[in-house]
Amino acid sequence: MRKLLLTGASTLALCAFPALAQVDEDAPQGGSMIVTYKDDVATLDPAIGYDWQNWSMIKSLFDGLMGYEPGTTTLRNELAASYDISGDGLVHTFTLKDGISFHNGREITAADVKYSLERVTNPETRSPGAGFFGMIDGFDTWNAGEGEGLSGIEVVNDKTVRITLSRPDATFGHVMALNFASIVPKEAVDEKGEDFGRDPVGSGAFTLAEWTPGQRLVFERFDGYHRAGVPKLDQVTFEIGLEPTVALLRLQQGQADVPGDGIPPAQFLQVMNDPAQADNVIEGGQLHTGYITLNTEMAPFDNLDVRKAVNMAVNKDRIVRIINGRAVPANQPLPPTMPGYAEDYEGYPFDPEGARQMLADAGFPDGFTTELYVMNVDPNPRIAQAIQQDLSEIGITVEIRNLAQANVIAAGGEKDQAPMIWSGGMAWIADFPDPSNFYGPILGCAGAVPGGWNWSWYCNEALDARAAEADAMTGPENAEAREAAWRQIYLDVMADAPWVPVFNEQRFTLTSDAIAGDASLFVDPVHIPVNYDYIYSTEAE
Amino acid sequence: MHSYVLRRLLESALILLGITLVTFVLLYLLPADPARQIAGRSATAETVANIRDQLGLNDPLFVQYGRYLWNLFQGDMGRSYLQRAEVSELIASRLPASLLLMLAAIVTELLIGLTIGIIAALRRNRPVDHTLMIFSFVSISAPQFVIGILLLYVFAVQLGWFPIGGYGTFAHLVLPALTLGFLGAGWYSRMMRSSMIEVLRQDFVRTAAAKGLSKGRIILRHVLPNAILPIIAMIGIDIGLFMSGIVVVESVFGWPGIGQLAWQAIQRVDIPVIMGVTMVSATAIVLGNLLADLVAPLIDPRIKTK
Repeated sequence: MRKLLLTGASTLALCAFPALAQVDEDAPQGGSMIVTYKDDVATLDPAIGYDWQNWSMIKSLFDGLMGYEPGTTTLRNELAASYDISGDGLVHTFTLKDGISFHNGREITAADVKYSLERVTNPETRSPGAGFFGMIDGFDTWNAGEGEGLSGIEVVNDKTVRITLSRPDATFGHVMALNFASIVPKEAVDEKGEDFGRDPVGSGAFTLAEWTPGQRLVFERFDGYHRAGVPKLDQVTFEIGLEPTVALLRLQQGQADVPGDGIPPAQFLQVMNDPAQADNVIEGGQLHTGYITLNTEMAPFDNLDVRKAVNMAVNKDRIVRIINGRAVPANQPLPPTMPGYAEDYEGYPFDPEGARQMLADAGFPDGFTTELYVMNVDPNPRIAQAIQQDLSEIGITVEIRNLAQANVIAAGGEKDQAPMIWSGGMAWIADFPDPSNFYGPILGCAGAVPGGWNWSWYCNEALDARAAEADAMTGPENAEAREAAWRQIYLDVMADAPWVPVFNEQRFTLTSDAIAGDASLFVDPVHIPVNYDYIYSTEAE
Repeated sequence: MHSYVLRRLLESALILLGITLVTFVLLYLLPADPARQIAGRSATAETVANIRDQLGLNDPLFVQYGRYLWNLFQGDMGRSYLQRAEVSELIASRLPASLLLMLAAIVTELLIGLTIGIIAALRRNRPVDHTLMIFSFVSISAPQFVIGILLLYVFAVQLGWFPIGGYGTFAHLVLPALTLGFLGAGWYSRMMRSSMIEVLRQDFVRTAAAKGLSKGRIILRHVLPNAILPIIAMIGIDIGLFMSGIVVVESVFGWPGIGQLAWQAIQRVDIPVIMGVTMVSATAIVLGNLLADLVAPLIDPRIKTK
């Protein structure tokens, strides 16, 4: 098994670095691969697609102004030839590369950028990503359905677009690398209307050649791609409708190259114990944290000592064992691969004895009874049982509420319904590799609203203010100070213990021998399961 | 007869109307908010409110239901919340695959079930009978998911006779049809066995034997046609059984039918798709039952159409 550890610390500067030599530039072009999935693809419209399956497909079909170095969390220019930020961090100027065009052959201009960003923020588009663009000047009126577009976006000339923000925001480069910021051709969107997601036209490394619902999608190389030598493969076929167990059988028979849904939990040990198969497994980090929320608005979790005691009572190592070691224990909200992760922070120790004492001192010598909400898909109920057992050791009686995902999310969005939620199956996976992405919706006051995702209802206005300050620190020269500010914010969150961070899931990608590439491409933090653009076929010449 | 058919059709329409109402109310009562599902986790409260507004989810239940019915009567099943595609197109693109699988499964279950039932009845209470009845018991009880994976492993992976899941050729159809037909085969073998045994006891069978007809002739000409009658009436009812089975079987074999579509829609609270698939399955079940009732008097004149 090849293991890969990503380092994120120095990768945050907003300007593009030269290529990091992660990618085998000389890899041969040609060949094809087959990726399997259980579920059909919901949509390939970059303004709408927002699940982990279509996320990287859209990345291969579309491009934004910004992107990432393959296999890393390092921002780079994609369609932009240059990206300048004014001294106050408010004015962001992008110049487009020369000679770039959409799959339909038309050249991409600055007007397309304006159109695309106004489309995704137009309330009629109903984009789940509209909120990411809240920092662009004029967003509030346009997103409320008033006015004539985003006043902050100005087309300077055919090649230049100037975006003015209403507040400085260091994450803007990442926002421009989100799928939601992909550049789309107006004429194709107008022609296809709501069906654009079935028949997408972008400027990415691949074009969609075929989509037979429930059966397969075929991506073919886009010869006019703006990066020479990319993509490596001529064709990627997605076979749809295959159970992970069946997908594994196909892979073993040489009829598939990547099981997109991963190694099924029931077969995980079998695969890892078989040297032939384990050799083809690549392990990497993921921008993911699984946690228990403690509702700070509900007694007795409104008591800080109770929350700390719960933090000390949960045996995280055992929970990691329950999922066959497919994760590493966590002690803070940020995952280890995220910039801002505090390596020297030790977190709350596992100490049931101390926890019991702390609970008694807080006025609960006999413990109390509470509820834990959990999504009803394996392994989450088993993890909930482990938590239940751990807490019973310190006198807390936990009743488990096993519900469908949507119902757990709904319960979390009510102020007085769910005292505890295990986040498994709904846990936070970062939209972009920046520490701020773990704060606002899940730990900030903005998320502590009915229907929000801050299920511990933790709202610390002083921290909110510091978060805003940190995000206003733009420019590469401030990157380090900004990272330190965010690190401290999360440590201060942990002092208030609204969560029990439990583990960070690891990714295990299984592949066939027929495809190859740098290990980082198979656990690419931005492309899941693999980076389709840079993987090559061992049969190509 | 005509007025009977007309009345039954009218009844069926009323049942379908009732099903739309019940499904709609159940989905409405669901605590999960479809607007929030569409909006995703990064959406602001305004975005969610805007989506809810655009989809008309703020209207009272009866207004929403009335609008749905009105559109349905005009043949408009709405657009999927998540895929944004027309529900009717999504279903139409998948219905042929499901119907093909269902048809193949009916053929399979009849072939296996009737054969076993006949043999068991003729060898009643002998070891052959017991063995076959144990087999039918197993086939009724075994979960289809397990059977499907088992068949895949043995016949597709180990022996390589069939492709490992997928859709397209006759070879793709065999294993899913076997899996789906297996359950019904168990039922049919038991029904056929008891039906045969009953007919074998009838006076006319004894008379035929007394006439000196050969055993084969008695069974083929006199017993089988009579024993098979109650079975044929069951086929229509089977369609309902299959509607639940195809969700599992389609997902094991990657069969691109409406079961797969339904499963995904339920997971994501995609209400227009759930409604659409429910309507189509309900229609199939109601029509299947209707067909069974209409066919019954044709094959057995003792059943009167009242």
